[in-house]
Amino acid sequence: MALLDQPKTEIQRPVSNLFIVTSIVAALLLNGLPWQGYALMLRPDFVAMMLLYWCMHKPMRIGIGLAWVVGIFADVADASLFGQHALTYTLLAFGGVVLHRRLQMFDLRQQTTQVLGLFALTYTVYALVHWLVDGDVVWGYFLGCITSTLLWVPLSLVLQRLRQIRVGRDHR
Amino acid sequence: MLDNTHSFRFFNRGPSPMARLVFFAMLSLLLMFIDTRYRYLESTRSTLSVMVAPIQALATLPGRLWNQVGGYFSAQSDLNNQSQSLRQQHLGDAAQLAQLQALQAENQQLRKLAELSARATYSTQFAEVIYIERDLFKRKIIVNKGADANLQAGQVVMDDAGIVGQITRVYPWLSEVTLITEKDHVVPVQVLRNGLRTIIFGAGDTSHLTLRYMPISADIIEGDVLVTSGIDGIYPAGIPVAKVTRVERDAAYPFARVTCLPIGGVDKHSHLLILSSLPKLPEPPVAGSATEEGKNPKVRRKK
Repeated sequence: MALLDQPKTEIQRPVSNLFIVTSIVAALLLNGLPWQGYALMLRPDFVAMMLLYWCMHKPMRIGIGLAWVVGIFADVADASLFGQHALTYTLLAFGGVVLHRRLQMFDLRQQTTQVLGLFALTYTVYALVHWLVDGDVVWGYFLGCITSTLLWVPLSLVLQRLRQIRVGRDHR
Repeated sequence: MLDNTHSFRFFNRGPSPMARLVFFAMLSLLLMFIDTRYRYLESTRSTLSVMVAPIQALATLPGRLWNQVGGYFSAQSDLNNQSQSLRQQHLGDAAQLAQLQALQAENQQLRKLAELSARATYSTQFAEVIYIERDLFKRKIIVNKGADANLQAGQVVMDDAGIVGQITRVYPWLSEVTLITEKDHVVPVQVLRNGLRTIIFGAGDTSHLTLRYMPISADIIEGDVLVTSGIDGIYPAGIPVAKVTRVERDAAYPFARVTCLPIGGVDKHSHLLILSSLPKLPEPPVAGSATEEGKNPKVRRKK
């Protein structure tokens, strides 16, 4: 578990805005892949994960406003109710921004449990809106919340690595 | 006096997260309200969809490439078989078509004799399915024709066998089709065997339709074919919709439970036909004016 207990003191280069935007667009792309049936039920919400990651690590730059805008785009892409994703991503970003100090104190393993709570909250709001509008609760939504949480550690590691590669390249 | 309760901030970073949360949450709720109640935002949605379109196109690219490669390498024997079966089907269809034309002419003549308005003929457009459902438990698909091909919301989508759905939203180059299996989607139908009029509802899962509000005494049996009745003026009459698979009659309930399967390949095809919109029917008499007349018999008597 050496990977998970990386020292927190490691200095990372400032992230360029382009990198952040690219990662969010990539997440939208992953969400837009033609998932079907059970795969769709188990599909983690990549956009939510990416937004939470940036809200946690760069709360000064990526915040609630941007999450809302991304949510609107997600609504258009999913042909869902206008504002449904926007509301959930707003809540998620609020959680990330407010808790970012606490979350950064934990290592990745401990973060996972905290993140599960945040994802569960957002999925609950999403399901609640769906229930209010369409009148039925879709429990399948909550499976996505669990897979999102399971993918939190790989995502964090990958993004950490990507940010370090940039440092290495600049030094050469 | 100094106000110590107010926390001092070194750097001004705009409104606090809480204020932002409340603002954006209210904004989202407002948008949701407007979208469900008034549908004012369709133009905004189509504008934004133009910006999202490249991402969507890129996301479906691997699947489409895979299909194309698969099609390229499909075996010759397969194609031979397919063309043979298509030829056979064509022969059968041609015979039926000749019969149909004769019947159509006869029908037209009879209708003219009976002074009924002629049944409208409709042209069709061909469209390809690009995305399947984007949201779990929502029975919607996206096809590759939109406002550029003069599509309009409300047009009927079918395949070679029967009704598949209805266009509910039109974007510049795409449009969204709600399948007949979508929860609470309604199609007015008629039992082919005896002309019994009823309404068929989507049940929300893949291959399932139900007839609600069928009296227990209704003459409906397993294997009955339901076709559109054409009564609302949206669906043209006589297109197959579903086949009854199960009828449950329980004396404890006033209505029979009738389960049906769609005849059209709601989940199967990648190509669909879109019917041009039908000529508008004359507006039905407004219920309000009728009740007013009923309420004020004096007024009517004066006239």
